[in-house]
Amino acid sequence: MNVEVTPLPGIGVRKDFALRNGRRIGVVTHRDGKIDLIVSKSDDPDACLAELPLTADEAGALANLLGAPQLVAQLREEHRDLPGIHTRQLPVGPPFDGRTLGDTALRTRTGVSVVAVMRAGQVHPSPTPDFILTAGDLMVTVGTAEGLDNAVKILKRG
Amino acid sequence: MDNTALELIELGAVFFSLGLLGRLAGRIGLSPIPLYLLGGLFFGTGGVVPLHGIEGFTAIAGEVGVILLLLLLGLEYSATELIDGMRRSWTAGVLDVVLNAAPGVAVALVLGWGAVGALVMGGVTYISSSGIVAKVLGDLGRLGNRETPVVLSILVFEDLVMALYLPILTAVLIGVTLVGALSAVGISVAVLAVVLVVALRYGRFVSAVVDSPDREVFLLKVLGLALLVAGFASAMQVSAAVGAFLLGIAISGSTAENAAKLLEPLRDLFAAVFFVVFGLHTDPASIPPVLGWAVVLAVATTATKLATGWWAAGRVGIGPLGRARAGAALIARGEFSIVIAGLAVTYAAVDSGVTALATTYVLLMAVIGPVAARLVEPVARWVRTRRPSAAPAPSAGN
Repeated sequence: MNVEVTPLPGIGVRKDFALRNGRRIGVVTHRDGKIDLIVSKSDDPDACLAELPLTADEAGALANLLGAPQLVAQLREEHRDLPGIHTRQLPVGPPFDGRTLGDTALRTRTGVSVVAVMRAGQVHPSPTPDFILTAGDLMVTVGTAEGLDNAVKILKRG
Repeated sequence: MDNTALELIELGAVFFSLGLLGRLAGRIGLSPIPLYLLGGLFFGTGGVVPLHGIEGFTAIAGEVGVILLLLLLGLEYSATELIDGMRRSWTAGVLDVVLNAAPGVAVALVLGWGAVGALVMGGVTYISSSGIVAKVLGDLGRLGNRETPVVLSILVFEDLVMALYLPILTAVLIGVTLVGALSAVGISVAVLAVVLVVALRYGRFVSAVVDSPDREVFLLKVLGLALLVAGFASAMQVSAAVGAFLLGIAISGSTAENAAKLLEPLRDLFAAVFFVVFGLHTDPASIPPVLGWAVVLAVATTATKLATGWWAAGRVGIGPLGRARAGAALIARGEFSIVIAGLAVTYAAVDSGVTALATTYVLLMAVIGPVAARLVEPVARWVRTRRPSAAPAPSAGN
């Protein structure tokens, strides 16, 4: 993907790229670290349809939403030959905000393995039991369908 | 009532009414600058409520306002951005100078204000208000647009031109000979070059001198250094404002960012005083005679800025709508036109009509600019639907 980086003197940097349909999508990073999400108009590729200011948390959550499915799809592809094994992304709920992965006891209670934790668009692979979770993290998990369903409930309710 | 009490009451009344005016400007989505100027007209000589006794304070506070305006402008840009901007946009920048200074020069010559008056008015009509432009681009959600870097690099170029123009103007206003003026230019070019090199190579040392984890110490050091540099620059007759601008460029990185955050409220305060002081010097009775010329200038320089932006954006392959937007974004004139006219007032070397014309012109352009930037897109679209085959001409509400 050819990401174009354009300096905006006095403001920050614009980073964007063209989508297959010709529209541009990207971000304007202000010098104080604020991020705007930009999407170009369909009838005027020079102009922006939207310029949405995002907080760090919001940008991270969006990055997770966009990044996690790719990872899950990739893992699913790798496990295709093993019937009964499923890969899913599970959101970490408020009960485990600030607590460790070990506290969830997912492995003991459901047999589900946590392959990675996605946070702010970053992949944290093979997290250890002392990995500290934050609400809004996405866990990429592998297990049986039943085990995964139970894991969802645990992560939501504690 | 003793003098101090009276002065405090007058100052308080001025600041409070400026606050109310600023709020009004925010409500109707305008730059507060024209309203501050109106405030100055209201309180000044021949105004509705002339104020006396606070001239000592307001005069020096106005000077500090100019220094802070230019210091923060310098802090906005890093040396790399300035050099990049100059490389990429110098052709557009030169066109900008020629097209937009010409109407001011012409009107000054027609009115018989001589070469000095022409130099002042050329500067007043040339320089866009980077404050208003940046705010309008942000408010209208155009920071991500493809024509925006073009607009910003023209502003960068204009600011570099200011660094050369202000010392020349200062020298001419003081009334030095041609040799003296040339040496002022020589000094400022040399200093500008040295500052850019220092900022590029050793910017962190300059930053280290002023930086401090303590906000109070940091504020005092930055402000103190700015006034020192401005004072010495002024003593060398290179214009105090330019000294502050160059200091701003030399301070870089996170230090520059923190300094800008700390100084912003101070700049807003002192710059407001500066605009009021400028308004104070203008007799409202002197405006009606120059109103016609101000309107002529407003129309002419709206067209020339549109043409500048249209051409500059066209060079980098922007479509017609974007080209029209780039032109309209540049129209606003504001703080720097007043800084230039203010210099002329300080040295009283030009016809008094210059201040009246500059005030009226900026009053018009600071309002027309943001309005044109908003209207340009619907107008350009309308023109395009009316004449689908022909290339849409740039036109904006004025």
